[in-house]
Amino acid sequence: MGYPHKPHDREMPVLSKYFGDAGAISLDGWKQRGGYAALRKALGMAPTEITAIVKESGLRGRGGAGFPTGVKWSFMKLDDGKPHYLCCNADESEPGTFKDREIMRWTPHALIEGCAIGAYAIGAETCYVYIRGEFTEPIARMEAALREAYAAGILGPNAMGSGKTVNVYVHRGAGAYICGEETALMNSIEGRRGNPRIKPPFPAVAGVFGMPTTINNVETLAAVPHILNNGADWYRKIGRADNPKSTGTKLFSVCGNVQRPGNYEVPLGFPFKDFLYDLCGGPLPGRRFKAIIPGGISVPIQTVDEAEASFMDYEGFVEHGTMLGSGGVIVIDDHQNLVKQIARAARFFAHESCAQCTQCREGTGWTTRILERIVAGDGTSEDLDTLLEIADNMTGKTICVLSDSCAVPVVTGIGKFRGDFEALIKTKATVMVPAVV
Amino acid sequence: MADPKMINLTIEGRAVSVPAGTSILEAAKTAGVLIPHYCYHPGLPVAGVCRMCLVEVEKAPKLAPSCATAVADGQVVHVHSPKALEARKGVLEMLLINHPLDCPICDQAGECELQDYTYQEGRAEGRLREGKRFNPVEDFGGDVMYVANRCILCTRCVRFMDDVAQDAALNVSERGDRALIGKFEGKDLTHPWAGNVIDLCPVGALLSKDSLNKVRAWEVDRTASVCPGCSQGCNMIVETRDNLVVRLRPRANEEVNHFFMCDQGRLDYRWMNRQDRVEYPMVRRGDALAVTEWEGAVAEAAALLKGKRAFVLASPGLPNEALFLLSRLVKKTGGAGAFRVRQGDEAPLPGVNDLARRADLAPNGRGAELFGLARANAPLAGLQAGDVLVVADEELAGLDAPDVARAGAIVVIGTTLPAWARHAATVVLPITNVVEEEGTFTNLRGRVQRFRQARSGPGFSRPSWAVAADLLAALGESANYLLASEVFDALAAAHSEFAGMSYEALGLKGALVAGAGTGAVA
Repeated sequence: MGYPHKPHDREMPVLSKYFGDAGAISLDGWKQRGGYAALRKALGMAPTEITAIVKESGLRGRGGAGFPTGVKWSFMKLDDGKPHYLCCNADESEPGTFKDREIMRWTPHALIEGCAIGAYAIGAETCYVYIRGEFTEPIARMEAALREAYAAGILGPNAMGSGKTVNVYVHRGAGAYICGEETALMNSIEGRRGNPRIKPPFPAVAGVFGMPTTINNVETLAAVPHILNNGADWYRKIGRADNPKSTGTKLFSVCGNVQRPGNYEVPLGFPFKDFLYDLCGGPLPGRRFKAIIPGGISVPIQTVDEAEASFMDYEGFVEHGTMLGSGGVIVIDDHQNLVKQIARAARFFAHESCAQCTQCREGTGWTTRILERIVAGDGTSEDLDTLLEIADNMTGKTICVLSDSCAVPVVTGIGKFRGDFEALIKTKATVMVPAVV
Repeated sequence: MADPKMINLTIEGRAVSVPAGTSILEAAKTAGVLIPHYCYHPGLPVAGVCRMCLVEVEKAPKLAPSCATAVADGQVVHVHSPKALEARKGVLEMLLINHPLDCPICDQAGECELQDYTYQEGRAEGRLREGKRFNPVEDFGGDVMYVANRCILCTRCVRFMDDVAQDAALNVSERGDRALIGKFEGKDLTHPWAGNVIDLCPVGALLSKDSLNKVRAWEVDRTASVCPGCSQGCNMIVETRDNLVVRLRPRANEEVNHFFMCDQGRLDYRWMNRQDRVEYPMVRRGDALAVTEWEGAVAEAAALLKGKRAFVLASPGLPNEALFLLSRLVKKTGGAGAFRVRQGDEAPLPGVNDLARRADLAPNGRGAELFGLARANAPLAGLQAGDVLVVADEELAGLDAPDVARAGAIVVIGTTLPAWARHAATVVLPITNVVEEEGTFTNLRGRVQRFRQARSGPGFSRPSWAVAADLLAALGESANYLLASEVFDALAAAHSEFAGMSYEALGLKGALVAGAGTGAVA
């Protein structure tokens, strides 16, 4: 459903079926809509069975990296005698992404159900739902839903009367972008500064509190009950017939210069051109698309041609020079100053860098300063080469990928829209920029 | 424990074999290759944040941080490949973006790793056209001052306080290039070992207030020594300029102090430069002490001792060599020897096993005991009427006057001439202090460690062991030693605890006396 718009005929609302339906928020309402059937079923199964079904379904991480969920779960050694943890990544800090927010606002019990199944499948008795601090309404909804679930005996030491323990807690973040990175998220849960950790050890070996941990995105976990209810086959068949690697539906958050921004749920492999023009209604009157960022600010910018040729799945976007990422579609049209947009993105990363790695701490700030100088009309032709070299130094050399993410819009921006930069440098056009915070 | 599995790899074309679990950075050291690094320090947990130690590992998709990457069999590591050099050049340029180029007024200049590696591998010119980030200088308490602008956020100081001192006082505040080291609310670097963050800081961000703007790194002479502050015997480097001690710094010794030294030891050096020293041998002529020649003074002291018992009150701050010879003096005259140890508060460094500033505020109490001197709170209790009291580098102040009065004569072997000595001494023999002579101390765990001469002694003063040897020779003993090492050889031959030791064998790290594990803790 393209909430807040009416759903489009070509959407496939699975996760978003009840977006906008206030009746689905409460436990009773959710049960009337078939809720917690999957959890009851799961608690009667062996954890390995659940993992096998999820593996079979082809579900992949919806947070950005796209790692197969079932495979991730199978990394957890069930008989190692250690406490296991599931962390649900509800930080949703990627600019341009707002799908998890809607899942938690409208269907909090869907997420709780997914968390409980996931926790049980990986041998964890505890699941932390890490929600970013700015999500005040989703936090309130999730906390209310958890109270209901505990009161109804769905969670707790005897979950749904199964004799199994499943606890779900909401952990409220303080609003740092980097806390959406899984190891930083774990540090934040532990009460430390949200700095990413060096891998190895990977979370499945030593995660939160040093114990084996799995981290899954909200959308990933919310999809699990549907897979258990409808079967792995049903899920696997959703998607492009010629691309069995990307299965299921995916929520896309659309923002920017389109007629109808909002959340859309389509089967993976949906043609991006149809998505942009048909579902989202195309560009605003009298304007033309200029650049599309299909998966949140961290993925490479696409030209309109690239975007229109893409299929909306993990492989389809990679074929056309970008990534599916988190599914946050940012549309930029010809009325925008692209360099200014890139400078804004860089400023965001400079603000959010955790300051551990040198290249990221200094590189994001330096990149921002150069871009803002170009935007202010004081750029030189050497600046573009310097920017590219800084970006190269920032790519693939740090603990996490925040640094790479800052470099991406710069590199693809200069690579695909060099004319925009050169025009600013040649004309010395002056655009007001705010002072460095 | 079984031997760990050995891993064979190649670093810069050199075959290396190291135990499993070793980092590439440490493995490279064994091959004589120093991989540039900032955040890594062998005494701290690995952080892997400076990204300076990136190396190219064949078949790996990305450059590897060598401090945080364990060795693997068959690895081929390139430290100076174009790709690795390019990456480190990038890091250096980034580090210098917000780092002021104020080396000419920075205390760290000359011993700054940022300076060194930039000269070694960095770009000749920076490309930053914008202004640099500015933060004010901050007082971190204790002896530490923080110059935020020079900070490269390696977090060594934070990790030292968290994991080694275990007194979390520092943190990384703010994010991005605005980040700086901050103090927790209400915290100061007042931990007794906090001064180590100054040495750990690879740049000029954490500076010692004590040595601020005092010397340039290239002006000082450095001498390997042992801290005389307590019985721990931390290894240290004495830095001198123009024959004055200007700074003490820890010297690494895994067996004793790892990489650290307490603030008290570090800052207690001014007495080493005392100017009110006794510079000439003196003998009593009526009410006054008269300057004389060494031969005359030694002969006079020997004459006093002839046929008398020598009661030696020795300082536990004297080297083994002097204490050994004084113990021979005791034996020769059938006398007795005693010492006392000033007490302080013990201050452990929790992150390092068996490292503390000890309650015994003297470096060689253990040695004194090994040579048969008696440890006592009232050391003159055994002084018999008519004894010749030999006060070796010790104080009489604070001791009971009636005790002292039993002495037939007093021979002072010392560095200064306090009021009591001026009044009571019959003979004064001037000696050099710990940084002016060479010798060994035995620490509380029985580790015998050498210290070397860092500055020349004043006037006609002579090493403590040489004076004791002369005294013995004048009494007819065979004690013709020209070097401290010869005294030590004699000592090793005479005392089984030191059997087999020599200066050469002790080297920089020292050796344990026989039976050290069971010995009394002095």
